[in-house]
Amino acid sequence: MDGVVQLQKQLVDYIASLFHEGFLDEQFNQLQQLQDESNPDFVVEVVSLFFEDSERLLNELAKALEQETIDFRKVDAHVHQFKGSSSSIGAHRVQNVCITFRNYCEEQNVEGVEPWHRCLKCLQQVKHEYSLVRNKLETLFQLEKQIIAAGGSLPAT
Amino acid sequence: MERNVFVSRRRIDGFDVLPSDSAEAHVLAVDDSLVDRKVIEQLLKISSFKVTAVDSGRRALQFLGLDEEKSSSVGFDGLKVDLIITDYCMPGMTGYELLKKIKESSNFREIPVVIMSSENVIARIDRCLEEGAEDFFVKPVKLSDVKRLKDYMMREVRFGTANSGGTNKRKLQESCDPTSSEPSISSLSSSSSDSPSRSPISPSSASSSIPTPLDSPVRRLKMTNTGGLI
Repeated sequence: MDGVVQLQKQLVDYIASLFHEGFLDEQFNQLQQLQDESNPDFVVEVVSLFFEDSERLLNELAKALEQETIDFRKVDAHVHQFKGSSSSIGAHRVQNVCITFRNYCEEQNVEGVEPWHRCLKCLQQVKHEYSLVRNKLETLFQLEKQIIAAGGSLPAT
Repeated sequence: MERNVFVSRRRIDGFDVLPSDSAEAHVLAVDDSLVDRKVIEQLLKISSFKVTAVDSGRRALQFLGLDEEKSSSVGFDGLKVDLIITDYCMPGMTGYELLKKIKESSNFREIPVVIMSSENVIARIDRCLEEGAEDFFVKPVKLSDVKRLKDYMMREVRFGTANSGGTNKRKLQESCDPTSSEPSISSLSSSSSDSPSRSPISPSSASSSIPTPLDSPVRRLKMTNTGGLI
């Protein structure tokens, strides 16, 4: 069972690093606490919903910023949703860039190309942070799968 | 633990309907976010509530049978709703508008309503409490928040306190120090005299046999520098 112990340690360390680096926050712990025998896949399920929702929102944001005249209220609404869902699963860095993004949207009384550039930059940042945390979480779930497959149990949070 | 896991769910008019013979309290959760719906649903289930989760205020009213334009063809009398928890920011009908509609209804105004929001704006919280909301949870909602919902349940029998309806609660005066005038969450300004409903949690000022839970976010708002109880 040495392999399992190794994997379990790897998982614990990995999760710790994600918290340490700010990818995840306390809310992720909350989600893990909600997982039990009758809902053993809760965290994976909710995070999968988050991935789906995020892809949709990123598409909507890209579309909104391609428009001739940008509807900043619409952009803000999408970012607000993204901020909400990332906060709900504990995706801390994504949530933070969304907050910055919203601040820019709220300043949109300036005509011209500048606001659009800033919004595009914000969108790039959100995309970047999202793909980072997505990779991290997928790695995390892979590790968990390996442990289960090797007959081990997931370390308690 | 009693669970509905092996009971088949019926679908009526697009709603998942749970059998009504369980003793568990039934919560109607309203949130337009798919992710948040999933989370609140699990928070509630793990706290031993039955849950119906809908994605809009309109759907919530339909479920209750309150929607004028479209009422369900099946009566939901067997499925009493014991509490409604709703997101504030929703497209179409906001949680606040839903709250108002419920409180305006003679049939449903007694159902406790809790609002959730990611924005912790004092004015917003006040408005909701004044309209009769039992509590206001700042998102992300935690297990400790949900566990407090039992305090607001209609079915619960309480000794020596008047908790249903809540007219007492809404007239309570805030007794903490007026601090800064900025509307931040960390310091609640009680200088505005026309905002009576600051303490919806305590059933009444006279007989506070149910003290405001220490970890209530609304209470946390009020714990400014006084450090004392309300």
